[in-house]
Amino acid sequence: MTKPPGDDHWLARPATIRRLWLLLIVILAATVAVQLVFPEKGKFGIDGWFGFAAGFGFLACVAMVVFAKGLGVFLKRKDTYYDE
Amino acid sequence: MNEMVPPGLILFAAAVLIAITRGPLRNAIVLGAPLLTLWAVWQVPDGVALTTTFLDYPIEPVEGSPVRRLFASVFAIMAFAGGLFAFRHARPLELAAAYAYAGGAIGVSFAGDLITLFLFWELMAIFSTIVVWCGGTEASRAAGIRYAIVHLMGGIILKVGIEGVYIHTGTLDVQAMMATNFDTWMILIGILINAAAPPLSAWLTDAYPESSPTGAVFLSAFTTKTAVLALILLFPGEPVLVWVGLYMVFYGIIYALLENDARRILAYSIVNQVGFMVCAVGIGTQVALNGAAAHAFAHIIYKALLLMSAGVVLTRTGKRKCTDLGGLFRTMPLTCICGIVGALAISSFPLTSGYTTKTLISVAAEEEGLALVWFLLTAASAGVFLHAGIKFPWFVFFQKDSGMRPKDAPWNMAAAMVFFAALCILLGVWPEPIYALLPYPVDFEAYKAGKVVFYLQLLLFSGLAFFLMLPWMKRTLTITLDIDWLYRVMLRRASLAIVDGIGRARERAEAWVTGRLGRLRDRLADLTAGDGALARPWAIGTTALWIAVLLTGYVVIYYV
Repeated sequence: MTKPPGDDHWLARPATIRRLWLLLIVILAATVAVQLVFPEKGKFGIDGWFGFAAGFGFLACVAMVVFAKGLGVFLKRKDTYYDE
Repeated sequence: MNEMVPPGLILFAAAVLIAITRGPLRNAIVLGAPLLTLWAVWQVPDGVALTTTFLDYPIEPVEGSPVRRLFASVFAIMAFAGGLFAFRHARPLELAAAYAYAGGAIGVSFAGDLITLFLFWELMAIFSTIVVWCGGTEASRAAGIRYAIVHLMGGIILKVGIEGVYIHTGTLDVQAMMATNFDTWMILIGILINAAAPPLSAWLTDAYPESSPTGAVFLSAFTTKTAVLALILLFPGEPVLVWVGLYMVFYGIIYALLENDARRILAYSIVNQVGFMVCAVGIGTQVALNGAAAHAFAHIIYKALLLMSAGVVLTRTGKRKCTDLGGLFRTMPLTCICGIVGALAISSFPLTSGYTTKTLISVAAEEEGLALVWFLLTAASAGVFLHAGIKFPWFVFFQKDSGMRPKDAPWNMAAAMVFFAALCILLGVWPEPIYALLPYPVDFEAYKAGKVVFYLQLLLFSGLAFFLMLPWMKRTLTITLDIDWLYRVMLRRASLAIVDGIGRARERAEAWVTGRLGRLRDRLADLTAGDGALARPWAIGTTALWIAVLLTGYVVIYYV
């Protein structure tokens, strides 16, 4: 990864990235907090729990990434596999 | 009513004209024909609008209904945007084939009988193969052959089913059925092959990424979505589709997570999205079928938009692997923004078309009390944001600085992207027009505060998971083996082993026969040469004695 000279795009600066992380955390907290104002009843019980979608979305993604990683151990090959 | 021209034929005529004209005239045909087709689509009334005979079979080439018009409309809109995106860059052959392919899709949409459906189905297979081949590389040639084999085989299976249904029921009507016997199973399997359902999902992710930057845009739209329409018309409420769809949904996510090729990530996510629609057809209620149709409409637009964005990147940089890309937002802001809009729409982010359409499917599962299906669909919605919503734009436009500073999209490609990005947002903030076109009345309010909060939590925390697990998402120069390994490698090895075995068996047989013949020849040589039994001179007396014996034997036998 060679950085061309003069590349200091504001989006790529560490300070910006720190601020973006902070912004993300604030937004995440806000989306959970706002559920206090607009409670969702839920059809199946637990889907109406406070912060259910946040936890479910996060854990589902972690589970899928871990599963994919595990599957990759068996099924990943070099991308020239079929050329050989 | 027999004066109706099948709207699909307009695009077939356009395809011929595109192939033989040049310059501004061709451009006018490329841009005008889809609009004329869209007009013709809206002239088709409900019910059978055209009847004729084909090989003595009564057929109904044009039958209208709201869901048929909906699919045909989006196919025509897609042909227009694809034509706009491609007309300055694609080879005339590719454009002509793509238009005939779109014409086939519209032909299937209005097919009132199974023979018409089958004929247009096969035309789609042929012309889409040509679009794949227009990739122009050795890889696209090989992938096109594999693609054609799978689709022609699927066509044969479909035809076996259609013939069986005709023989056993005496009707060729396109009407709802259940997979209850051999004939209907064959039809279902034939359709599911085109929907990229398991076990043959790999034809899609094998072939589409090998097409040209413009070809992939067309390919993403027609084959799988005509299959979804065929399922809506022929197998609504078929329970097996719920599980087939759920498998496709997760298959698409898991494989896309492991993938390094940006266009193949998008190809896997086609399978994922079609899985949502197949699952909805399996649920089969009015809300679910509305959801499948609406989602197909929205999906064609945002998926084409994503592939346009990837196509511009490929055109400008010649690269499509995540490991080679990154940091392109600096010089390709429009392509980047349009890619992000497509990515948000595919993730059903509120205010995009994916949100207003895909949530119908979740609501259908909820209303039917299908808890497991609902939880799996919800997990999958999170997974879509993970594998397509963030992964695609992140690795292509941000990630690291690849050092490349390509120019942004050419004007026509930019126009096509902006058109589709605008549609993604328009249908997200104002879904009523699309709801009005759905096959059943819609009593659904997409923007209830609680629902919006639910989806924002789900998606944003999926985003958090992505960035926290970024080291695990780091791309490598790898592919992931799929079922196509069975026919690309194992079958090849097996056939080579069989050919080798036959060769060796023949060698052994030859050696054995040669040995035997050699020995026989030696024996004969021994008998006839020198003092061998057949070469020895016999005495006259011995000869006379044997003649006497033989004649006596003859006389005895004669009298007996």
